[in-house]
Amino acid sequence: MATVKIPPVLRASVGGEKEVAAEGASVGEVLNALATAHPQTQTQLFSAEGELNRYVNVYLNDEDVRVLDGLQTTVGAGDTLVILPAMAGGSR
Amino acid sequence: MSPSGAELLRQVKSQIEEVDPALVSEHLGTDNGMVVVDVRETDEFGVAHIPGAKHVPKSYLETRIETAAPDKDAWVVLYCASGNRSAWAARTLTEDLDYKRVASMTGGIALWKDRGYEIATPRALTAEQRDRYSRHLLMEEVGVEGQLKLLDARVLLLGAGGLGAPTALYLAAAGIGTLGIVDNDVVDLSNLQRQVIHTQDRVGEPKVDSAEATIANLNSDVNVIKYPVRIDASNIMEIIEGYDVIVDGLDNFPTRYLLNDASVRTKIPVVSASILGFDGQLSVFAPYEGPCYRCLYPTPPPAELAPSCGANGVLGVLPGTMGLLQATEVVKLILGEGEPLIGRLLLYEALGATFTELKVRRDPDCPICSRDPESITDDEMGVFPDYEAFCAAAG
Repeated sequence: MATVKIPPVLRASVGGEKEVAAEGASVGEVLNALATAHPQTQTQLFSAEGELNRYVNVYLNDEDVRVLDGLQTTVGAGDTLVILPAMAGGSR
Repeated sequence: MSPSGAELLRQVKSQIEEVDPALVSEHLGTDNGMVVVDVRETDEFGVAHIPGAKHVPKSYLETRIETAAPDKDAWVVLYCASGNRSAWAARTLTEDLDYKRVASMTGGIALWKDRGYEIATPRALTAEQRDRYSRHLLMEEVGVEGQLKLLDARVLLLGAGGLGAPTALYLAAAGIGTLGIVDNDVVDLSNLQRQVIHTQDRVGEPKVDSAEATIANLNSDVNVIKYPVRIDASNIMEIIEGYDVIVDGLDNFPTRYLLNDASVRTKIPVVSASILGFDGQLSVFAPYEGPCYRCLYPTPPPAELAPSCGANGVLGVLPGTMGLLQATEVVKLILGEGEPLIGRLLLYEALGATFTELKVRRDPDCPICSRDPESITDDEMGVFPDYEAFCAAAG
């Protein structure tokens, strides 16, 4: 099982966890497994066409999956996926 | 009987090559590979030296000469005040360190000046500055030269809030000579949980005035330039012009995109951080050297995935942590030391006390930084897909 790191804005959708384990041999499979287990994450991660939303970055370990093979990128059992939407908090 | 000091010096001088200042002057600034090294103490070098001379005090000769003169076959000319210390140093380089072509300049800088040759009189720190910045001066990576860079530096802080407050304090303490602060807000009691540059008695005052007052008490070397405005497309180019580094602690996406585009146009590096709850992000966007903010985040998330600290809360210490990481990156950029966080995104999660580092690539199709800076127009700055819908939803 791969480990998926959940960003603050998605934690409410996965019961408050910072990390969850999910099955899958590719990035797409792991994220789909996550969306199946936690349906609220489905629309946050994927567009209606099943593509990863452009405002969500996903990293396999430390590399952006878009420079790898996208959702087809192979995931090993010891790998970590990091889901990262932009944050803008700061000034006020 | 062992020889006297004067006798020994004569012996040393008979063993080394000596050159006349006329010959050094003739070759100075030409492309002949001559390396001129001043072996006097730091304060002597600071008063006046031969233009272009490297500085290696005689007491550090063995350990530092290779930085100044890495090529042992190069023509190395040493000088001191009158030609004696440089004679000893020349013998050390020749006999102990295997330099092949070393000479000591006759008469030192005294004779050089008497002959009327050009000298450089660099700016020096005042006695008070030497005391104030003494812990910097002790560090090889900073020293007098680095401290002068800090004092000459112009850093613009966008926001004197959670991130800007601690950043401004430490940059002022470090002796950043000019700090621009952009903020149109006033100090509120609820700010004081994290915005440590402000004080209880200044609640209701403009944040730029409060920050200026604190900095004035901390370090009178710092000139504060206040911009009590909200940054937008109409004023951003004018405000950021002439700054060496911009510190981004902005609280909203449209302004972050605007800042990105303006900084790419002007090629000013941005040290960017953001915070939420117990989480922080940090990166350095150096235009055309690494990715820009749009390479990392091509579009902002929808409003429900982009909560602000105002709505969701933030641990008061967290902006301190992230702000000081920003300040550290600013100082590194100005000194030109270390590995700046360019092309890397650092995530900090305070509850688990974990740091995660991610790679950020330049996007070859980036709508902004894949283009010439001159081709970026005022109209497209800060605009992103679904901009109008985003702003309408954000109210």
